[in-house]
Amino acid sequence: MPTLSELEQLAGTETLKIVMVGHVDHGKSTLVGRLLHATGFIPESKVDHIKKVCEDQGKGFEFAFLLDALEEERDQGITIDVSQMFFRTKKRNYVIIDAPGHKEFLKNMISGASNADVAFLMIDAEEGIQEQTQRHAYILSLLGIKQVAIVMNKMDLVDYSEAVFNSTKEIYSKYLASIGVKARIFIPISAYHGENVMTKSGKMPWYDGPSIIEVLDNFQAHDDRSKLPFRFPVQDVYKFDKRRIIAGRVETGKISVGDEILFLPSGKKTKIKTIEKWNAEPPKSVEAGTSTGFTMEEQIFVERGDIGCVPGHKPQVSDRFQANIFWMGNKHLEKGGKYILKLGTQEMECVVESILKVINSSTLEEISKNSHEVAKNEVAEIIISTKKQIAFDTFDEIPETGRFVIVHDQDVRGGGIILKTAQVPTGMGI
Amino acid sequence: MDHLDKLENQSIFILREAQKKFKKLAMLWSIGKDSNVLLWLARKAFFGHVPIPLVHIDTSYKIPEMIEFRDRYAKEWNLNLIVGQNKKALAEGMNHTLGRINCCTALKTNGLHQIMEQYDYKGLILGIRRDEESTRAKERYFSPRDKNFEWDFKDQPPELWDQFKTNFDENTHIRIHPLLHWTEINVWEYIRREKIPVVSLYFSKNGKRYRSLGCAPCTAAIDSPASNVDEIIAELRMGKTSERAGRAQDQEDTYAMQKLRVKGYM
Repeated sequence: MPTLSELEQLAGTETLKIVMVGHVDHGKSTLVGRLLHATGFIPESKVDHIKKVCEDQGKGFEFAFLLDALEEERDQGITIDVSQMFFRTKKRNYVIIDAPGHKEFLKNMISGASNADVAFLMIDAEEGIQEQTQRHAYILSLLGIKQVAIVMNKMDLVDYSEAVFNSTKEIYSKYLASIGVKARIFIPISAYHGENVMTKSGKMPWYDGPSIIEVLDNFQAHDDRSKLPFRFPVQDVYKFDKRRIIAGRVETGKISVGDEILFLPSGKKTKIKTIEKWNAEPPKSVEAGTSTGFTMEEQIFVERGDIGCVPGHKPQVSDRFQANIFWMGNKHLEKGGKYILKLGTQEMECVVESILKVINSSTLEEISKNSHEVAKNEVAEIIISTKKQIAFDTFDEIPETGRFVIVHDQDVRGGGIILKTAQVPTGMGI
Repeated sequence: MDHLDKLENQSIFILREAQKKFKKLAMLWSIGKDSNVLLWLARKAFFGHVPIPLVHIDTSYKIPEMIEFRDRYAKEWNLNLIVGQNKKALAEGMNHTLGRINCCTALKTNGLHQIMEQYDYKGLILGIRRDEESTRAKERYFSPRDKNFEWDFKDQPPELWDQFKTNFDENTHIRIHPLLHWTEINVWEYIRREKIPVVSLYFSKNGKRYRSLGCAPCTAAIDSPASNVDEIIAELRMGKTSERAGRAQDQEDTYAMQKLRVKGYM
């Protein structure tokens, strides 16, 4: 536990969000519980409480119970939904997102992982690479999470064997390379016994790399969003008093008072007159991540859904695009089916025009070409056409305005990233 | 942009989404520190205005200073305050000696239920946080409740890239949690930075203070010399007891909070 003066110095430092992913029962919750306990972020009362629950169930101390709070989770020994916990090291603050490893709860894993900056992917050394070990890595690549460390857990069950570690590492590295994920490191640990978690383990002298906590502190928490072109999806227009304020969040880039602003797809253009702020001096400029509001030089008509940009760095405007999507709905995504697309603050009816190919998100096996449907947990490349034109970027250029969700029957059922504007096929003059 | 700015920006984004998407929307004001921060954030989100009514569920067992605080700031900040109370249950003599889970369900959950029905609210904003206790750690920002107020924690809708669940059946409602990603320390750091007023019960008198506020019979003061915000932050950074340790209903049963929350507790 750091001293008080060390902790005081931490106030205001950066926060890194890390997600734990991997196959069910490979020890994600156990590692998180162990980390929270070892860094002193579990109240004694909670540890006592878990001891009592474990005794009642006739078990040894289960670190996972610190997170798996639901009665059903403890009875079955699995994580159903994502937990987010908080802890600190001497370097910075962490939010640790414990995602479920069961295939049934993939949508919960995606909900958790979509919020993360970096990932730990866990593999059970004894059981080896399993279905979700692969699927989760692929989902991370689709979500754009580039910093990934591979944690080989339960090394105690394979006698801390270097050979087992190396052979799994070799096979899995090939898989990761095939999906374009570059693992930062492979770390052999035993979460249950605390080997290589906080400090180097004496049980694995053949491993001279960092412990879990050292790997955590070595991840980089850079936020480059302010360096990208300016994007400002309009949330709402307020007229609570004499000011007419265009409200929203600067997703990328920055803008200053007096700058030109162009709204797409509507095409309206004016200049920023003021940047509004309650109970503070009005700022002269704002950067990515700020929820803000502008008044304009001219009273142009702007509404929710429009994306503000600066002329010269415009998003694309189209009613067709090609995307990679992952499907989480129990009902299949259908070719020709009507859905609601949400991108930024735009909400629009859309049709799945074609399904170019469907792949198994674990084995990456191509299931079909020109398919008619996409089943739950599958990934597909599709063409979407929207009822009216929308503004967007490709995910590679600007992730914040290059990703979207698909809503059906009131719930988000799929997510996707835009690859490119789709050409209008011949014979379909629009 | 520091960590408090980041937390604030995310919460404002959520408040604005809620206000845009729900015509029948209310915010729960428990008078505790979290809901005061939430109210402050609403004034930031809407540039000095609070276009959302505030609902306070008065169990009649609240500590008197909480009610004084409520009435003072409702007036000072020109708030649209709606006070709800399960009068029937109180008339029938409901109190914590009949079982804490029963009492919380009757006076808080059902009291809230009555107000929601009376005003037909479809969205309810609450100041709960993931670090408060383990079932809240699993919550979504926009969390649906069915017609019986129940939380289906085994099948929560996906929530990614700040695209929230804003469509729902007529007889259900959505709970909105703009402070979900804050910690207890963050809340106090923000109170310090923004100079947000809080009930004096949080500050130590005669070696005791309240860390979490609720009804008088079920909320205990903790031993603490912390008599100002700086001292509270220092105490929390060193501390190892949980925030809700003084809330008796949580300790009633191993899964007390799960059982209460499934039925619509905050």
